[in-house]
Formats: sequence, C-alpha cells, structure tokens
Amino acid sequence: MNETASMSTQTSDVEKLVRSEYRHGFVTDIEADTVAPGLNEDVIRLISGKKHEPQFMLDWRLRAYRHWLTMREPQWAHVRHAPIDYQAISYYSAPKSKRNAPKSLDEVDPKLLETYEKLGVPLHERARLAGVAVDAVFDSVSVATTFREKLAKAGVIFCSFSEAVKSHAQLVEQYLGSVVPYSDNFFATLNSAVFTDGSFVFVPKGVRCPMELSTYFRINAANTGQFERTLIIAEEGAHVSYLEGCTAPMRDENQLHAAVVELVALEGAQIKYSTVQNWYPGDENGVGGIYNFVTKRGDCRGNDSKISWTQVETGSAITWKYPSVLLRGDNSIGEFYSVAVANHHQQADTGTKMVHIGRNTRSTIVSKGISAGHGQNSYRGLVKVLAGAEHARNYTQCDSLLMSDRCGAHTFPYMEVKNPTAKVEHEATTSKISEDQLFYCRSRGISTEDAVNMIVSGFCKDVFKELPMEFAVEAQRLLAVTLEGTVG
Amino acid sequence: MLSIKNLHARVAGKDILKGLDLEVQAGETHAIMGPNGSGKSTLAHILAGREGYEITHGSVTYLGMELLTMAPEERAREGMFLAFQYPVEIPGVNNVYLLKAAYNAIRKHRGEEQLDAVDFLALVKAKMQLMEMDASLLSRAVNEGFSGGEKKRNEILQMLVLEPKLALLDETDSGLDIDALKVVASGINRLRSPERAVVMVTHYQRLLDYIEPDFVHVLAGGRILKSGDKSLAVELERRGYDWVLAEAAA
Ligand SMILES: Nc1ncnc2c1ncn2[C@@H]1O[C@H](COP(=O)(O)OP(=O)(O)O)[C@@H](O)[C@H]1O
Ligand SMILES: [Mg+2]
Repeated sequence: MNETASMSTQTSDVEKLVRSEYRHGFVTDIEADTVAPGLNEDVIRLISGKKHEPQFMLDWRLRAYRHWLTMREPQWAHVRHAPIDYQAISYYSAPKSKRNAPKSLDEVDPKLLETYEKLGVPLHERARLAGVAVDAVFDSVSVATTFREKLAKAGVIFCSFSEAVKSHAQLVEQYLGSVVPYSDNFFATLNSAVFTDGSFVFVPKGVRCPMELSTYFRINAANTGQFERTLIIAEEGAHVSYLEGCTAPMRDENQLHAAVVELVALEGAQIKYSTVQNWYPGDENGVGGIYNFVTKRGDCRGNDSKISWTQVETGSAITWKYPSVLLRGDNSIGEFYSVAVANHHQQADTGTKMVHIGRNTRSTIVSKGISAGHGQNSYRGLVKVLAGAEHARNYTQCDSLLMSDRCGAHTFPYMEVKNPTAKVEHEATTSKISEDQLFYCRSRGISTEDAVNMIVSGFCKDVFKELPMEFAVEAQRLLAVTLEGTVG
Repeated sequence: MLSIKNLHARVAGKDILKGLDLEVQAGETHAIMGPNGSGKSTLAHILAGREGYEITHGSVTYLGMELLTMAPEERAREGMFLAFQYPVEIPGVNNVYLLKAAYNAIRKHRGEEQLDAVDFLALVKAKMQLMEMDASLLSRAVNEGFSGGEKKRNEILQMLVLEPKLALLDETDSGLDIDALKVVASGINRLRSPERAVVMVTHYQRLLDYIEPDFVHVLAGGRILKSGDKSLAVELERRGYDWVLAEAAA
C-alpha cells in the first residue's frame, strides 16, 4: 500500500503563520579538547583511551568500525541532503572551558530569551540552556543530589553512559548491542564505533522507578554530542518512564547526529520513553539545519512486557527515525505515538516498526504529521507478524495535517503478515487547515494564531495525552511557537 | 448601528454587489430575501470580514467604526455575529472549547474577567436547554458529524452565549423541520432587545411567522431593489421575485 497526498489551497494567513522565524541565535565558542577531523582506528583508540574504557568496549568499537567500512550510506526516496563528508567530522570534543560563553543572561540574544519565556522554561533553567558560563547557575547540585539519593535507595542506576561503562561494566557488556547490534545499519554502526556519551538506566527486578527520569536528566544534561548512546534496562516487573530532550531550541555545530537508543524490557516490565525534540531546523531556506539519523529500538524480551515510544519532533533539517519494538515475549505490548512537524524546508521521515514474534502480542501506532511551508513529512511504518505470533493484533492510525500548498505528506504503511490468526488494521486521513475553518474561528472573536493552535492541538490530542503531564503542556506550547507567525 | 452605502463588491472577477444600501438601527429586525445567487451570503461574509472579496466602491460603518478596515475577530469582539449558512467542521477541536475561547476573547476585549471552565459550562448548559440540544454535542468536535439541524442549532447556541449586538443570520431556517424551526426562532427572539439588531437572510415567509421583522428587503441584481414591512414577505411568498425585478427595470 502506498498513499501520497499533497494539498493545494490558496492560503495567505496560514502561510504567514507558519513562516515564523526560528527564534534562536547564539553560537558559543567553547575552547575544546578536540581531536583533529577524520576517522580511523587510532581515533577510536584515542576516544576509548580518553574515556578510560575497559578493553571490551574498545574491542566492540573496533569491530563496529571495521564493519562500518564495508557499509554504504543508505538512500531514501523522500529525504534529500547534501553528501556528508565523514572524514571532515571531528569525533571527539570535550568541553574544557567556557571562557567565551556569555557571562550572564544579559549577554544572551533577547530573541532566545523570548522563546524561553514563551515556552515557559523556568527562569533557573534558561541560563543553562543559553550556555551561560556559570557553573552552578542555580542550586542544581543539591536538587540532583536529592534525586540521586532517592534513586539509589530504590536501587535504580541512572548515570552517564561513560560512567556506566566504568562502574557497571558487566551490565553494559551484557546488554549493549543486544537490541541494536553494532552491525545494524550505517548510522548505528558509526555510532557504535565513535559514540561519546549518553545515558544508562537500570531498574532492578520488581522496582518501580520512583520518579520520571526527566527532571533529573534535564538539570544534569551535559552536552552529549552528536553520537549519543542510551541504554535502558528494566528487569522483571520493573517500571520506568524516561523523558528525552527539551522543548527549548537546541543548536549544534555538528550537523550530523546519529544516536542509538536501546531498551530492554524483561518479563512484566514496562518502559515508557518520551521525546520532545526541537533541533535547529535550518533557516527559511533550509541552511544550517541538523541532520538527525536515529536508531531507537525496544525489545520486549519477556512475557507481558510493554514498551511505549512517544515523540514530538519539531526540529532538524532532516529527521530520519523509526523507533521500533520487537515483541518477543507472549502478550507483550508495543506502542508508538508520534507528532512530527515539517516546516520550511524540513524533511521528516519517521515511523515505526512493530515486529510481532510472541503470541497474543499487541501493537498500537498513532502517527500525526504536520506539514507547513515547503516541509515534507513522510510516515513509514512496518508491521511484521511472524509465523509464530498467534493472535497478534495491530492498530495503526496515520493522520496528516497540511498547512500550505507547497508542503506534502506521504504515508507508506507496510505490512507483512505470516500468521493467519493475526489482525492488522490501518486507518489514514489527510486534512488541511482551511481558510474556512480559520474564518469561522475568527468570526467568533478568536485570533488567527489561537485558531491555528486550537486546530493543531486538537489534531495532536491523541499523542499529547500519552506524554507525562508537564511535558504535554510544554509540547503544546512548542507547537504553538513553532507554527507561530505574524498576523495581519 | 449599521450603515451600508453604495457597496460594490466583486469576487473572482465577477460583480456581485452593485450599489447596495442598507441602514439598520438598534432594536430593529430586518429580513433580507432574494433569488438564489443574488449575493445574500456574499453580503453577510463581507460584513463579517471574510477575505477574497474585492470592494470596489462604497462604505460600511458599524457603531461608528469603519467596518471594512477591521479584522474579522475585531468585528466579533465589537459585537458582530454571523450564523453561517454552511457552518464549517473543525475536527479535533472541542465544540465547547471553541465557544469558551470565543467567549473569553470577547470578554478580554471588553476588559472583563475570564470565565473559568466550571462557570462557563453552567452558562452553556443553560443555553443548550433553551435550544433543546443534546449535551453530548458539547464534547464533540465543532460541527463534525452534526446533522444539518444540529449545525444550525449550534450556531444559534453560540449566538446566545456570545450575545452579539448585531446578529447576521444566513438562512438559519433552511433545512429545519417545523419543531426545530420553532426552537431556533425562539432562540433568536430571546436575543432581540432595544440595544441589539438582527439581520436575517431567509427564503421563507414561515420563519417570519415566528420572528416578526420590522423591515423586509429584496436583494436582487446586486442591490436592495425593494423594501417594505412584513406584508412584503407575504406578497413575495405568493408572487415570487419576478414582479420586483420587472418593477425595478421599469
Ligand atoms: N468565491 C467565489 N467565487 C466565484 N463566485 C462566487 C464566489 N462566492 C460567490 N460567488 C458567486 O456570487 C454569487 C452570489 O452568491 P451568494 O452570495 O452565495 O448568493 P446567495 O447567498 O444570495 O444565494 C453567485 O453567483 C455565486 O456563484
Ligand atoms: Mg446564501
């Protein structure tokens, strides 16, 4: 099945609205401990050495690197980008000093502060996000310590990936690459060779993580760089909810981002992974945006386990990501809820894969794509039911909202069903914000901006309600700001 | 309250209004009748501020303001309301949510306090009873899957909640059965007061049995060709429009 929808309306207001500028504008000049550009085995040894990694880690990186050399960069029909020169990238950069960073918020671009204000970013977080060079901008240290104590008491390990490699080497060795093998795909393989940092979570048997792993993460989020690696393990009966990203705009010198996230859910375990991402999308002409190629995969390894992905994506020049779930355990559940916005010249190619292996496995996919400006939004989903997956069920709903006459929405749902008892359902709609709808709202006294926000929020409702409360509010604001423009 | 002088308007290169005059005072109820395609909805849309019409000549003042320079939402906040002939569906947007946003936008403009969700719901539910509407329509998406009659009732519900100074009703009676017509008419009558005015576009005398107009106008050939009292509507019902056109041509 293959559906393509493009819209055409003679709109003016809608256009103006979505052509809003990206409110951002700082470049921090950080004196860094940077390795010269280029990639070879010495660079990998250097990275591993600088991080004081155990031997197994270096060996794994080298295996990945050698495999990567045999691979070719993938090509996709609906994503176009300038060629990436992998030898021009510097693969290690440790922030050393913040001498040239702004000394206080007074030195930060007022436009950026305005965005933070609009997004409702708490005052004490703005300085950190804006890269202000004060170490303890606020009392994050004490807050973090409180969190750490609480987590430790519950037996939850939550630390940077580098720390885990050293302090919890056995767990890392056991689980790393067990969901996304180093040979998985071009970008995941590159990540496996050169990743610098990321997060590690381990929730032991029977433990429900006592807090959303967000606040903590966001306060302590270090600049983890362009090759991020995350590993989350929930043992039997454990529950954990993890929030990634931030609604505040993030700019990065590194155009290429290739992260890998692995989730492992053992019997009866539940992992909820939520992402709100707002990378710099490039200017109105698409210049300078981030290429975001991400491999995210969850493994429902045990019976009755559950993994949910929820994501709100508004940034990046190019987004390519397919959070997936391998439904191995009987009765396991996989979910994917996504809102993706493609504005200006952004290209979003997202979707999910649900692989039904165990019996009575269930998956739900809800994808909402918003296209504006010249944005191209593609949904690509694969539902695969293997022969042994008796009574597997999938429900997929894929909706597109178009906001200009030059944007596009494309839906590519693929299904491979090898078991006759499986039930797979797919629904898709394409709608547009019409001048009629806007006029109707305005004739009731509602401004165009509010009307657009109302319609967009309504469109995204099914996904927003899956986000943790405070994040849902932020996500809603983020969309409003993203799609905002000057009225009149 | 509303003064339209020599209004000329075109859409898609076609002249629709060709010198239309109309005066509406507070407290009055006007009925505009006329053949299909004569420009009644066009007039209503222009008054409410819809884009896409080229005003080539003439002026409109509303409560002393130059109406044609105002944005649609400004007009609404100044007390103008259009009940649409074809209310649009807005999937995903909750009906009561839209109405609350509208209500509070208008209050904000007037410098009044915002009503919270609980108080607002009580207000709407009371008005809904008047309109004999099922409460379930509140939690549905705006007009989505509403029957023709439900859409029209919903328009009048909005009007009753927003309490406009000038209500423009475009064929609100079309497609209603007799019971629904009575309910809608009583809703409209409820709004009538010495401070407000109602301009209703209709094809049928039967609406005027329930809402007695002070003036009846015939819009044809892009102008108000004839005006009279309610007896004109009776005559139109009996004789059609041809004689008015003939009279005007003579
Ligand atoms: N957007 C438009 N493009 C082209 N013609 C239009 C448009 N809107 C209205 N018209 C034309 O203007 C005339 C008046 O339409 P309308 O105001 O809807 O009439 P009425 O409401 O009196 O039946 C009709 O001939 C109609 O086809
Ligand atoms: Mg009409």
